[in-house]
Amino acid sequence: MGDEAAAYGALYAGCNFFAGYPITPASEIAEVMARELPRSDGYYVQMEDEISSISAIIGAVWAGGKAMTATSGPGFSLMQENIGYAIMTETPCVLVNVQRSGPSTGQATKPAQGDVLQARWGTHGDHEIIALSPSSVQETFSLTIEAFNLSEKYRTLVILLMDGEIGHLRENITFPPLEEITLQERKTGPADAPSFGGAAVPPMSTFGQGRFVHVTGSTHKENGMRDVSTQSVHQELVTRLCGKIRDARGEIWRIEEDYMPGAKVGVLTYGATARPAKGAVLEARRQGTAVDFLRLISIWPFPEEAVRKLADRVDVILVPEMNLGQISREVERFTSKPVLPISRIGGVIHRVEEIKDEIIANG
Amino acid sequence: MKEDKIFHPRANKYLRTEMLPTAFCPGCGCGTVLNGFLQALDELKLDPKELVFVTGIGCSSWIPSPYFKGDTLHTTHGRPIAFATGVKVMKPDMKVIVIAGDGDIAGIGGNHLIHAARRNIDISVFMVNNWNYGMTGGQVSPTTPFGVRTGTTPYGSAEHQLEAAEVVAAAGANYVARWTTYHVFPMVKAMQEALRVKGFSFVEIIAQCPVSYGKMVKMRRGSDFLKLYKEKSVKVEKARQMSDEELEGKIVVGKLKERKRTEFVSTLRQINERFRQELAN
Repeated sequence: MGDEAAAYGALYAGCNFFAGYPITPASEIAEVMARELPRSDGYYVQMEDEISSISAIIGAVWAGGKAMTATSGPGFSLMQENIGYAIMTETPCVLVNVQRSGPSTGQATKPAQGDVLQARWGTHGDHEIIALSPSSVQETFSLTIEAFNLSEKYRTLVILLMDGEIGHLRENITFPPLEEITLQERKTGPADAPSFGGAAVPPMSTFGQGRFVHVTGSTHKENGMRDVSTQSVHQELVTRLCGKIRDARGEIWRIEEDYMPGAKVGVLTYGATARPAKGAVLEARRQGTAVDFLRLISIWPFPEEAVRKLADRVDVILVPEMNLGQISREVERFTSKPVLPISRIGGVIHRVEEIKDEIIANG
Repeated sequence: MKEDKIFHPRANKYLRTEMLPTAFCPGCGCGTVLNGFLQALDELKLDPKELVFVTGIGCSSWIPSPYFKGDTLHTTHGRPIAFATGVKVMKPDMKVIVIAGDGDIAGIGGNHLIHAARRNIDISVFMVNNWNYGMTGGQVSPTTPFGVRTGTTPYGSAEHQLEAAEVVAAAGANYVARWTTYHVFPMVKAMQEALRVKGFSFVEIIAQCPVSYGKMVKMRRGSDFLKLYKEKSVKVEKARQMSDEELEGKIVVGKLKERKRTEFVSTLRQINERFRQELAN
């Protein structure tokens, strides 16, 4: 299932520390990690809650580890403060959120895509975030590895934004040979290279190297020492933290597009919803309606260029998603053409029929 | 000129002297704790390169961060023990030390304290207990004595004090002690014992806050508190013979618990070793 694929993806990426707290529908990730990590000389720690889980993985990374945690909506809410800490301290790590139906306890066992904007803006203060959203079990495996690679490349926390449908979906997958997997090494530097400045992504000194690394979530100078009163220090730091992702968005964007001539309607989707959406597009085409298909694989940073391109091609964009219209609002920022959300909540994934009917009605 | 300052050799060895003087208020107990801790490290001849300090948010978290040399993780409020757990698992040969206040450790992070003690992970936690949230100007904390008026208990606190050290002892830690800044030498000795113990060690240090707390109880000098600590302290051996009523308002000092339970990270390492051997065979 998708949860297991996320765990194996992490193991293939070299993850050697996992801290977590059981929660439906993400518990299987923790179970696989608990079983497999000791076999590869890694460590699983079940913490007392989700706040301590994300805390422990950040600690493990500064101690030289590669670390991940996994949760669902309620736990994701609890983790928000330390997501900001990981961003501020430039700690490479991966957080898997297998989204379930909220708010609050909601429908604990049912899938949703209601945390898309929380993933973007959940933690306080100005920041940029990277979030990837898989649509299959195989892609969950590969995107987990990519999440680790992006976290190392940009020295930041990366969110694997799954949904419960993909998390509990069973499909066959193929594990590629280890030598075919490319891993992004952690950027290191000489002892005197500042760990918190001097480059868009500074090299990282970790604990135990005798470098007296000073890590703080407070505003800090290039050497990591606190300076919470100088305006320029804060401006420079936060601008760089945002810029290193914003300026690299072209490299981070991942999309799947399937366009055809003469399409007047486009379908923009992501995650589990992409599966019935793709089925609907194929069915509509079979019935004679020209329709474009765009799947966002990277949700954040938002693939605005691809969205503009789609908007230039069609007269209307349909956005099926398992919430009351979160990504559709983001799409509206990049086009003046009509954007029609096809919302479905309540823990039941869209049917091919309902999306197809909308395509034909608008095509 | 900063560079003209001459420091004690002990300070040169363990402190980021360029960060001195400290930001602590006049009369603050953090200075005593800092000094005692410095002595504890030096007498144990610990190499600063083997130290990891993990701290939270509050005045006493500033004792190691930024003043002590060592790898330092200054974390979010209440979470230093949770961060330290990840550090210790990945770096078992380093001394992982948490210094933070009663708000961090007993208040917002109380659950992490209990569970780290239960796991008996080899971390030393020094909780500097000044009976209030001092950095935010003096509000009631889980350790404020009953009835005291603070910024958020203007009519007197209706809550009872948490006896954090007793909680940690019950939760399973291998070493638990409590002293005050009046008992400097026993405090240093307890810090050293805690640093030597394998397993979770906890030293609660009652330390004065003459500015934020003192203004509310009209004890504005550090020495006012030292006199109070002297008067109210009861050695744990004697306390065991006293009734709950007799102990009301007293500060029980001494070594509260010492045991030799299996340590968490070494158990995890043993499990991994088993797999290594299986693979080798």
